[in-house]
Amino acid sequence: MTRSLTRGPTSFMYRMLGDRFFAAFVVLLASGVVALALLMAWELYQGGSEPIRRFGFFGFLTGTEWDPVIAKQFGAWPYVAGTLVTSLGALALSFFPALAAAIYAAEYAPRWLASIINYLLDLTAAVPSVVYGLWGIFVMAPWLREHLYLPAYLLAAEKVPGLLPFLGNPTGYGMLTAILILAAMIVPFTAALARDAISLVPQAQREAAYALGATRWEVMLLAILPLSKGGIIAGAFLALGRALGETMAVTMVIGNSHKLPYTLFGPAATMPSVIANEFTEAVEQIHLDSLIALGFYLFLVALVLNLLAGWVIRRQMQLTKGVL
Amino acid sequence: MNRGLRLRQRYLRDRVMLGLVAVGTVLALLVLFLVMGYALVNGLSALNWDFFVRDMKPPGETGGGLRQAIVGTLLVDGVGVLIALPFGIAAGVLLSEYPDHPLNVPVRLMADTLNGMPAILKGLVAFVLIVKPMGGFSGLSGGVALGFIMVPIITRATEGVLSLVPREIREAGLALGLPRWQVILALVLPVARAGIVTGVLLAFARAAGEAAPLLFTSFGSPFLETNLLKPIDTLPLRLFQFAISPYEDWHRQAWAAGLVLFAMIVLTSLLARWATRRRL
Repeated sequence: MTRSLTRGPTSFMYRMLGDRFFAAFVVLLASGVVALALLMAWELYQGGSEPIRRFGFFGFLTGTEWDPVIAKQFGAWPYVAGTLVTSLGALALSFFPALAAAIYAAEYAPRWLASIINYLLDLTAAVPSVVYGLWGIFVMAPWLREHLYLPAYLLAAEKVPGLLPFLGNPTGYGMLTAILILAAMIVPFTAALARDAISLVPQAQREAAYALGATRWEVMLLAILPLSKGGIIAGAFLALGRALGETMAVTMVIGNSHKLPYTLFGPAATMPSVIANEFTEAVEQIHLDSLIALGFYLFLVALVLNLLAGWVIRRQMQLTKGVL
Repeated sequence: MNRGLRLRQRYLRDRVMLGLVAVGTVLALLVLFLVMGYALVNGLSALNWDFFVRDMKPPGETGGGLRQAIVGTLLVDGVGVLIALPFGIAAGVLLSEYPDHPLNVPVRLMADTLNGMPAILKGLVAFVLIVKPMGGFSGLSGGVALGFIMVPIITRATEGVLSLVPREIREAGLALGLPRWQVILALVLPVARAGIVTGVLLAFARAAGEAAPLLFTSFGSPFLETNLLKPIDTLPLRLFQFAISPYEDWHRQAWAAGLVLFAMIVLTSLLARWATRRRL
């Protein structure tokens, strides 16, 4: 029996053809992953092509009028602006705390504490968006209304009435609330990559700096951060990508307005939140297509951010290897 | 330049920065603690046996549960796993076991890109691909959307676990005269099984919390629905609808749903940690 397996035609079938078939099968299924990504790009482009043709690639992007009912005019700028402001604001707010968490977990904390922090960071990323949104609606927004929006509004009404329009309605739902909740949600994406980059810095770098008499913070500043810069930047890109695409939590607290936002305290909408709000209620084909076109632009931005992050990480790897 | 900076000052700055880093760490995790605390307190007070065994009541009536959403989540998520599993595992095997294959670079790139894509876009694609041609919302299309989310997670998890399998195991198999495909199927994959199951569990948990891609695919339904070609209710989507509704009792149930989702995520991630710690 052994002979028939190792010699003769059966063995050829078993070994060569078996290997061929198996490899072909694996390659076929794996190329499904590539096909999936390409399909996504194609379907979004195809679905959104009509409004892009009608209003122009940049015309659609910069049009300030989104009126599906009367004028049938679709310009994405209010949502693009809302998306940019909320996600950049969230990144700005969360960047340093996230970096601090990464530094603390990678360098300062004892091992048991570091593993707890790492677990909590993973958990932050894993908690569903709707749960953050639920907390945002019922806890954070009312709290902000009581302790930030209302006092600011009353103070302005008393002292500088000219400021009032910029404070919006003190409802608690608006861009600032969305920025705060987004900031909390994207912390782990910056932190995880920064942490990995910091722990990749060769031990000799630290020792060299200590040997020169540097304090712990100086070691961080002189030896560790410059070498892990790439990973930290890549983490910021990925966090920004997450913030851009975050849907449910933002939809629940941002107030959903169709107008171009003019104040941080007022309601606005983002590209994903508009898709979430209007897609099932869109009656006209052009409305539906415009929402898909919004998705296509979102796809492009997310794609660029992801590719940039990947590129930075690869460069970082080479850099760290070069040092070793 | 540094001469002006006395040693004492440098020590002081070291202390201050350490303090700032610690404060930043607390800030970074603050919202998680708050969300956890509120979900636990509000959720526990709203959770009861009915939540798991009764369907939802119409607005205005109190009581009832979310059985239809829990069953629906498992159904739609299960469909997603069935769709994502073959692609994800095959891609992981390709990346780990055929490291020289020319397809590796695009597969890795596309898996990462897919992973970074907003979940709502995966729902849009599932809408265009399935809902539109079939003429209506369905649990199946929701499963496809969730499958899109799971594929890259399973791919990277499988690759990671397979690369942990000692090379000696492969060499032992090859030395016995086993062809490569048998080495992979009979030796490498069984050794890595626990890890792969963990990756699938994590993907399942991640997808189970997603509401955005289900908005216009599986859509939701107030009744228990097991026909995959009909709209099916899911827990995150029901939570969303309850949270933005004006009814007090629905808000209560939204917190209960939030707690159940939260508990599910924590349990799977703990299970994942435990499984990977034990094996390999």
